Amino acid sequence: MPKITVNNKEIEFENGMTVLQACELAGAEIPRFCYHERLSIAGNCRMCLVEMEKSSKPIASCAMPATEGMKIKTNTEKVEKARKGVMEFLLANHPLDCPVCDQGGECDLQDQSLYYGFDKSRFKENKRKVKDKYMGPLIKTIMTRCIHCTRCVRFATEVAGVTEIGAIGRGENMEITTFLEKSMESELSANVIDLCPVGALTSKPYAFEARPWELKKTETIDVMDAVGSNIRVDTYGWEVKRVLPRLNEEINDEWISDKTRYACDGLLKQRIDKPFKRENGKLIECSWDEALNIVGSKIKETDKNQIGFHAGDMLSMETINSLKEFAKKLSIPNYEFREKPLYLNSDNKMNYIFNSSIKGIEESDCIVLIGTNPRHEATMLNARIRKAFVAKKIPIISFGDPGDLTYDYTNAGNSTEDIKKLLNKENETSKILLNSKKPIIIIGESALELKSAKFILQGIKKFLKENNFINENWNAFNVLLQNASSVGAIDLGFFEKDNSFNFFNKLKNNEFKLLYFIGSDNLDFIKSNEFIIYQGSHGDRMAQIADVILPSPAYTEQNGLFINLEGRLQKSNKSTYPPGSSKEDWKIFNLILNNLEEDEKFKNFVELRTDTISKIKNHTDFDLLPKKTIQDLKFESGSLINEPIYVNEIDYYFSNSIARSSKTMSDCRAARSKKLNKITGS
Amino acid sequence: MSVKKVYDKQPDTFEFTKENLVLAENILNKYPKERKKSAVMPLLYLAQNQNDNWIPLAALKYIGKFLSMPYINVYEIATFYSMYNLSPVGKYFVQVCTTTPCLLRGANEIVKACQKKISKNENTISENGMCSWTEVECLGACVNAPMMQVNRDYYEDLSKNNIEKILDSFMQDDPIKPGSFRNRKNSAPENNKINGNGINNA
Repeated sequence: MPKITVNNKEIEFENGMTVLQACELAGAEIPRFCYHERLSIAGNCRMCLVEMEKSSKPIASCAMPATEGMKIKTNTEKVEKARKGVMEFLLANHPLDCPVCDQGGECDLQDQSLYYGFDKSRFKENKRKVKDKYMGPLIKTIMTRCIHCTRCVRFATEVAGVTEIGAIGRGENMEITTFLEKSMESELSANVIDLCPVGALTSKPYAFEARPWELKKTETIDVMDAVGSNIRVDTYGWEVKRVLPRLNEEINDEWISDKTRYACDGLLKQRIDKPFKRENGKLIECSWDEALNIVGSKIKETDKNQIGFHAGDMLSMETINSLKEFAKKLSIPNYEFREKPLYLNSDNKMNYIFNSSIKGIEESDCIVLIGTNPRHEATMLNARIRKAFVAKKIPIISFGDPGDLTYDYTNAGNSTEDIKKLLNKENETSKILLNSKKPIIIIGESALELKSAKFILQGIKKFLKENNFINENWNAFNVLLQNASSVGAIDLGFFEKDNSFNFFNKLKNNEFKLLYFIGSDNLDFIKSNEFIIYQGSHGDRMAQIADVILPSPAYTEQNGLFINLEGRLQKSNKSTYPPGSSKEDWKIFNLILNNLEEDEKFKNFVELRTDTISKIKNHTDFDLLPKKTIQDLKFESGSLINEPIYVNEIDYYFSNSIARSSKTMSDCRAARSKKLNKITGS
Repeated sequence: MSVKKVYDKQPDTFEFTKENLVLAENILNKYPKERKKSAVMPLLYLAQNQNDNWIPLAALKYIGKFLSMPYINVYEIATFYSMYNLSPVGKYFVQVCTTTPCLLRGANEIVKACQKKISKNENTISENGMCSWTEVECLGACVNAPMMQVNRDYYEDLSKNNIEKILDSFMQDDPIKPGSFRNRKNSAPENNKINGNGINNA
């Protein structure tokens, strides 16, 4: 490996590194504003100047490739002077409004001016003033503070894939804006707030809410989709003030989607904080005892076959496990977690997870989407596909029309017949696929809903196995599920395994007498005479039609385990406490069992968690991928029906009960539909 | 100079005329197919020529679609270069150079004359609609400082004695001949003076 000398210390570095990266390897800290390791190099802030031997001028270390035998100095007087000079220029036009700036306390400019700047300003002239720009309901702009690092421009173009932010004008008059001040049409837009090294782009919903040092920070994971992005929840007292991403290269890099970040204000609104019962058509508050008595007597008097349990989209595995044990104890056979009749096969864990892994997408050289819109179904996964696309221009092919995915793809047909052609190696796609080394096929929920779902899933699996795309090193077979609780629920077997969809038929024909919804709000269901118990955190769709409501905590308010779509087991940590008299779900089940004079299965949470983990298939450890099970694969054959493949449109900003309660999300939704209406003219 | 203001009364649509479309295709052919974005600058200029020396937003979008590049990138380029006007200019568009050499040779006087004859503020069309003026950076004719560019012509070696006459001629829509106003041939010495080596420099 080549060697470089940094401050008289010789170190080895990898080819292709920049001087800045080599200096960091040597332990020399370099201040910077425009350089960001996940974005392209701009070299326009000049803060990273260092001295290089044989160069009369200091060099911008972020843009200079490191070469063999370079001698770099980062601690000389010259470097210090250069940094002070750059800092002074940056501060010449930067307003002194740190006391009223939301970035204060976590501002790169503030921190670095403390370490590398002059103590006072020599700039006596008038400061520049820039008009603030509109960038949508999430991003608040104070453009006078902008130092033109162009991180936001590069992020929008490179990572988000929507070239909508740009720098207009030039020199001192350069301004960052979106074209004609439209809101940014991206699900990743709010990441520019984290990227902004100053307070030019700050969070609109969080404006003037709290100072960073006042917040309690809890590291946890996200449940808005099945990706399981790593997040940090910042709370002030009871309130969740904001959600920030945590670095996890395996899952979300250091970005999160706007829904993950901003649905958190939904945790403060529409909350169920007390038990309710329905009397004369109206919901009225009641005590826990009263509510439990009603639930107990209803369960007792109803025929067990006419009771149905449905688990929601954001439940932890502990909740689902305790719910299943609860149903078992009461010998209730009807339970389900799916929101739509999806074909699922839980014989082998491989059949319902994303086997290639999210990080694996980067290695792939061909991606085939079948009935899925990853942009809305798993935003961070889509960002990863885009990353692979930008890096290697890999071919991406879609069956079904998902709309704009932020990268180019070709449509290979919109019917199940086209998939048959693929399997019979009769079309162009199969040629591309067979010529690739590490392909990825992603089957989405829209495809699993089809009548030919079994044919597609089993056929693709067989096709991939026969062509050696499922082996020890690479597994090209992927299923993309949408909800945070899905994989966990399948592992725990909380559904009808025979895919006969009895539950849905009964639901549709109103054959249930008693329905118990646990955090479940997305079910397509029209009430007739059923007695409905809703247990959950938000007064959303199901709570409105419920006869008894039991309050339980939301995902930030209880500990829990979640398995993401890759099968990775992650811990979600309690960051705040639930409002009112909410009780944790498993405790509610125990209370109902007590009421029915039955024994409780789990005495405490540790017992419940241990039992839950023991039921996970192919379990390895926390934060790791599950064991591979590619031996003894079973192949079944399904029947093919010629039908069109529609990619179901998701109401992205309104996809779960927390998001539906969030004002920010409804603002985003309104901004998006306004823009759409303008385009279509409706 | 600040960021160019976008005119508030914008036409709804813009399209190249038939002749310009042919020119545009010719321009596109000069660049490799995968690098067609490179044609954005000549196309913007073409659009500006077609539309009375200014580019409406509709044209920015039209060119963005024409080259399949994001609108914001076209907009960035149009605001970066001073040659593109994003709001209407006079029939005679006076660009006065005020960079150091011209300034030293009295460009301030030229600016004052423009303020007096055309309009008080730059980028404002004169009352009779004939002229507008603006300050620009170096136009590369420092030897003939002070100078100004009017549409496509250079008026050089100006002074406060002749500038008002020149500006009047534009205001009356009867422009006088461009070139040096001290009778120099291009940037040759005045009155065919001979340089130190005794060689005629013309």
